[in-house]
Amino acid sequence: MKFTKQTKHDLITCGIVAAFYILVTILSATGHLSNHFRGLLVPLCYYAIAAVSLNLVVGILGDLSLGHAGFMCIGAFSSSLFSVAVKNSGLPSPLRFLIALVIGTLMAALFGFLIGIPVLRLNGDYLAIVTLAFGEIIKNFLSAVYLGYDEAGIHASFKSFQLQGEGKMLINGAMGIQGTPMDSSFTVAVLLLLITLAVVMNIVNSRTGRAIMAIRDNRIAAESVGINVTSYKMLAFTVSAAIAGCAGVLFSHNTTTLTASSTYFGYNVSIMILVYVVLGGIGSIRGSVIAAAVLYVLPEMLRGLSTYRMLIYSIVLIVMMLINWAPGAIAFRERYGIMAFLRRRNENRGKEGQRS
Amino acid sequence: MLNFLTYLINGLSLGSIYAIIALGYTMVYGIAKMLNFAHGDVIMIGSYLIYTGMITWGMHPVPAILLAVVGCTILGITTEKIAYKPLRGAGSSLAVLITAIGVSYFLQNLSLLIFTANPKSFTSVVGWEGVSLFGGELKIQGVTIVTIIVSLLVLAVLQFFINRTKQGQAMIAVSEDKGAASLMGINVNRTISLTFAIGSGLAAIAGALLCSAYPNLTPYTGAMPGIKAFVAAVLGGIGSIPGAMIGGLLLGVIESLSKRYISTQLSDAIVFSILIIVLLIRPTGLLGKKIQEKV
Repeated sequence: MKFTKQTKHDLITCGIVAAFYILVTILSATGHLSNHFRGLLVPLCYYAIAAVSLNLVVGILGDLSLGHAGFMCIGAFSSSLFSVAVKNSGLPSPLRFLIALVIGTLMAALFGFLIGIPVLRLNGDYLAIVTLAFGEIIKNFLSAVYLGYDEAGIHASFKSFQLQGEGKMLINGAMGIQGTPMDSSFTVAVLLLLITLAVVMNIVNSRTGRAIMAIRDNRIAAESVGINVTSYKMLAFTVSAAIAGCAGVLFSHNTTTLTASSTYFGYNVSIMILVYVVLGGIGSIRGSVIAAAVLYVLPEMLRGLSTYRMLIYSIVLIVMMLINWAPGAIAFRERYGIMAFLRRRNENRGKEGQRS
Repeated sequence: MLNFLTYLINGLSLGSIYAIIALGYTMVYGIAKMLNFAHGDVIMIGSYLIYTGMITWGMHPVPAILLAVVGCTILGITTEKIAYKPLRGAGSSLAVLITAIGVSYFLQNLSLLIFTANPKSFTSVVGWEGVSLFGGELKIQGVTIVTIIVSLLVLAVLQFFINRTKQGQAMIAVSEDKGAASLMGINVNRTISLTFAIGSGLAAIAGALLCSAYPNLTPYTGAMPGIKAFVAAVLGGIGSIPGAMIGGLLLGVIESLSKRYISTQLSDAIVFSILIIVLLIRPTGLLGKKIQEKV
């Protein structure tokens, strides 16, 4: 069987994830991993999934979204709501998680679609600020709503209320959803990451993906050759929202108390995911996964440095951006960098060969 | 009715603070075409400088504010020189955005290190008690009045500066076309530095007023007002000075009134919804210019 260069590249990316999974499983089974590190494994996967999903919008579609934490929030809350509601109904937990996953993903996709209709008319930084606004609205709304059921039926309100008789509070305002079953595990998370990679890579390498990238490179040119800009933009945005929702499902089923606080779903989280995407390389799916893994684990591993760690992280971030993107630094690298050195040496050798 | 008036005036005061921050935001955006995520943190640094001046060194409020303005101006110029200028002309506009986020993280964590996460109780820079109208039924705090006056003053001075001085005209030129401006003999680098200096200086003033009205100072104080001010700038039409003022005031009033009459928790959601609705009707903001796209 022969693979194209691109397929090979994609398979290697999946191989890296699988190899990482096997390595971690072996280390974990032989007791070489600390409890702290094992606790980081599922978050690492859902941030990697979120980074891949954001890369679809930022890298492939070329639009800046700062609201992906909002889609995670929707995925987390809708799936958690389902899981908590049917917790004692005797549904086997793998099936329950599967249904929760479908619900979370679909809800996020629905919101992605609804938000996409108005938002995708805007360009550039306007789009960024509006997606940020949507993310904040979702978070704000979910941290203010109360939802519960009792004998009289289902109640929803923005004010706290008392239930009559037998019943249960599902969303308790700022306290969020309590008692989501812990259904996600590292294995499930890695599987979802692999599925995400397969979906996104398939889109990118298909006719659809080429159309989307054509829009990114030149919207007007793409329109003039008959690409339906709006529908392809909507498609990319909705798929991206759905995948972010999937990350949210993993999130909510990895914690017993789910709250819509800024720490988990604020614009800071969207920005953090954007940092993963940009440092991993805009448009590079493999880069997003690796950057998410490294950048999520690194600050957690540096806990010993306490307050200095985030200071170091911020300086590293600035320096890396300057080295990677500054025109001056790029020119410097081209002239004096290792690659340039090797190239020059090869050229010189070639010349010597000609002489002799 | 008086209740409504109280909240309206409080909203105007909060809006004036947003407006001052938004003025800095909109100028920087207009000229450097970047979302300066670190702008909110410059406010926080300014507030800490005033706090240190007044509490630790026992200074009078006026020199303390001057100290903060100078400090923030230097901070603004330095960050522009070190972090943003090298990225001018970079392949992606995301590069400078992420760098600004890096600067924001840096400033937050630096003050976390110096001042710790414990909230500092800020002393108001305005000593005046304020006025009480209708036989004490309507009390307006001194800070509130001073804030509104200061913001109007800032707007007037900025309008004069932009429209009537050579440097101001240079700013407009650079924001419209850097290449053409430099051909006309305008020093583009110096003009951009000046813009950052003015924006950061305004941030220090905004910090003084913000922390006098809401005296709870932490390393994260500036983040949310920074975002809100950016929303205000976009609402009013980014790049437009009167637009930033109107956007800021509108945002402050809506926030204050929705806190009172609708819900405290949902006020942020309402503010952001207004932004979305306005942008859907007028995609370049209330006073923004419509830009024709050229092929």
